[in-house]
Amino acid sequence: MANDFARKAASVDGTANQAPPATLVRQRGDEALDAPLLSLADALVSNAPLLAVQLEPADDARKLAPIVARLGLVAIHFPLFKDGRGYSSARILRDELGYTGELRATGDVLIDQLVFLKRSGFDAFALRKAEDAALVEKTLARFADVYQPASDARTPVWRRR
Amino acid sequence: MYQYDRFDQAIVDARVDEFRDQVARRLSGALTEEQFRPLRLLNGLYLQLHAYMLRIAIPYGTLSSRQVRMLAHIARRYDRGYGHFTTRQNIQYNWIKLEEAPDLLADLASVEMHAIQTSGNVIRNITTDQYAGAVAGEVEDPRIWSEILRQWSTFHPEFSFLPRKFKIAVNASAQDRAAIRLHDIGVEIERNDAGEVGFRVYVGGGMGRTPMIAPLIRPWLPKADFLSYMEAILRVYNRYGRRDNMYKARIKILVHELGAQAFTDEVEAEWAKVKTRGIDIDEAEAARIAAYFAPPPFDAAAPVATPTHADPAFGHWFRQNVTAHKAPGYAIATISLKATGEIPGDASADQMDLIADLADRYSFRDVRVTHAQNLVLPHVKLADLPTLWEALREAGLASANLDLIGDIIACPGLDYCTLANARSIPIAQTIAERFADMDRQRDLGELKVKISGCINGCGHHHAGHIGILGVDRKGVENYQLLLGGSGAEDTSLAQILGPGFDADGIVNAVETVVETYKAKRHDGERFLDTYRRLGAAPFKEAVYGQ
Repeated sequence: MANDFARKAASVDGTANQAPPATLVRQRGDEALDAPLLSLADALVSNAPLLAVQLEPADDARKLAPIVARLGLVAIHFPLFKDGRGYSSARILRDELGYTGELRATGDVLIDQLVFLKRSGFDAFALRKAEDAALVEKTLARFADVYQPASDARTPVWRRR
Repeated sequence: MYQYDRFDQAIVDARVDEFRDQVARRLSGALTEEQFRPLRLLNGLYLQLHAYMLRIAIPYGTLSSRQVRMLAHIARRYDRGYGHFTTRQNIQYNWIKLEEAPDLLADLASVEMHAIQTSGNVIRNITTDQYAGAVAGEVEDPRIWSEILRQWSTFHPEFSFLPRKFKIAVNASAQDRAAIRLHDIGVEIERNDAGEVGFRVYVGGGMGRTPMIAPLIRPWLPKADFLSYMEAILRVYNRYGRRDNMYKARIKILVHELGAQAFTDEVEAEWAKVKTRGIDIDEAEAARIAAYFAPPPFDAAAPVATPTHADPAFGHWFRQNVTAHKAPGYAIATISLKATGEIPGDASADQMDLIADLADRYSFRDVRVTHAQNLVLPHVKLADLPTLWEALREAGLASANLDLIGDIIACPGLDYCTLANARSIPIAQTIAERFADMDRQRDLGELKVKISGCINGCGHHHAGHIGILGVDRKGVENYQLLLGGSGAEDTSLAQILGPGFDADGIVNAVETVVETYKAKRHDGERFLDTYRRLGAAPFKEAVYGQ
């Protein structure tokens, strides 16, 4: 892929969300890895046995392939919710790299993206706004039926017909 | 046509429930307008000049009469008694109140309709040939694969935040009535030498600011690989499409900047990784969906004689607006929504109700929307055409101008749309009035005029035999004249002729161009053929005197 192109794809208008998340929704039984979030570049040269990485929109998730066994937490950053590159990164991590650790959406994450995020393989969501737990649960349960397979365990309706 | 099962219905109902919730949060202030905006756009609700505009999806332009009646009800109950059919086979209502939108969507859901993904940076309505399932020579009904695409693309979790909107069109005939090479993905259904049915895939077409004709990316794609290949294209776009400049964010820019071969290589590499992920439907599901598009029970004894009527006006309509059907004794009838002086593409609630009745009586309850903003009754007995025509004529729906200069495509323009720079509707009306003489129109023959009120090109001016683009020049409406475009299988982009005109000037310029064509045409040549033979020079000279 032309480097020039990746640069253009990378430059996005808008400010990255710097404030800490108001609500962390975690759908895992284990404890979150307590380790500093490394950039992709730093993670690739780290010798630590267990790593936490944060991917930015322009990062190629496939670059994590050599170290996927040492990943304990991957945070995918959404500087602006409308930049949907993180969804592809998540799916590549789950489907192709076989990553089973915590996959956390951070940044401009709103309750209205939860279903798309979950279906793309995320199991932790650092919501920007404080949200009522009941509303979160209602939102995640709303779409009982899905048309297409994704990176969650759900069966598309055509297989159930 | 496709019927929802409980799964389809549940999905639409869940969306209505979600939107009701989102509107409530907006009205209570829990969501700001900025946060609400992308959510309402996912449901086709635009904030326009006068009120909210709602764009309702008409998947691949196919409606049942029951659905048409609901569209009439919506026009009356929630709007000002009319609706506007669009160049993507959808319908728009211009006077919607936000607090009533959830009820409107619930009404739509009761007849298997919705406004899902009719705006926003998502995969939009799949469009196709309005004569699907009726015209002779079709390889396979393109609506089958349009429905398969519709399901695959609805609430696709990975592709709901693309760099920009994404439009797919499907065709299955030698003639292209869907303008597939002017779409982000254009799919041609065809048969290979072994007699198998598969797809030819074009990627990277579009109009608007940077018009481009889509290059061929995949000459042959088997049915079994269709959806996974689409998924690969969309993933490449989602990952690498530009997000720095919204005017350079469509996939056509990516394809153009990488080059077709490099883009193809990226897609093939991605496809190798996704094709084993269970994305493709199996043959049983494809057959299940295909069964919904089985032909209606045609009467094998339907008379094949050419219908006649004492009124010669019927003959004109029959010859202009009626197309041959694959079943003997039947015909495809186009209902023009381009009556002289009316707004192109608009239909009143009363007209919609009438069309629903006529569909019940004459067309197996089947109605289509064309991307030229007209309607079609696809399965009418030849013998029924005279009575059908009489009913249409009484309602102002019998203009015999299909594909003639009076059959103008026009976007809503500055009268309705916040993006517009100029009004397009009055220009369309004036041109139609200038050429109101039907003998003159028929003499001129096929002449597709397309008008856009801004560079976004929703009126498809780049694909007009005569295209008109309205711009704002120092606060005054100015109109550019383009010639030689085509959205059919002979796809070409219209070229600008010279400096622009004011509203009077553009109509005069169109007349000059048309008269020049008349003076110079050879036997049997359409305007487009004469233009392609002679080039711009004689037209330029006639219009600008140089």
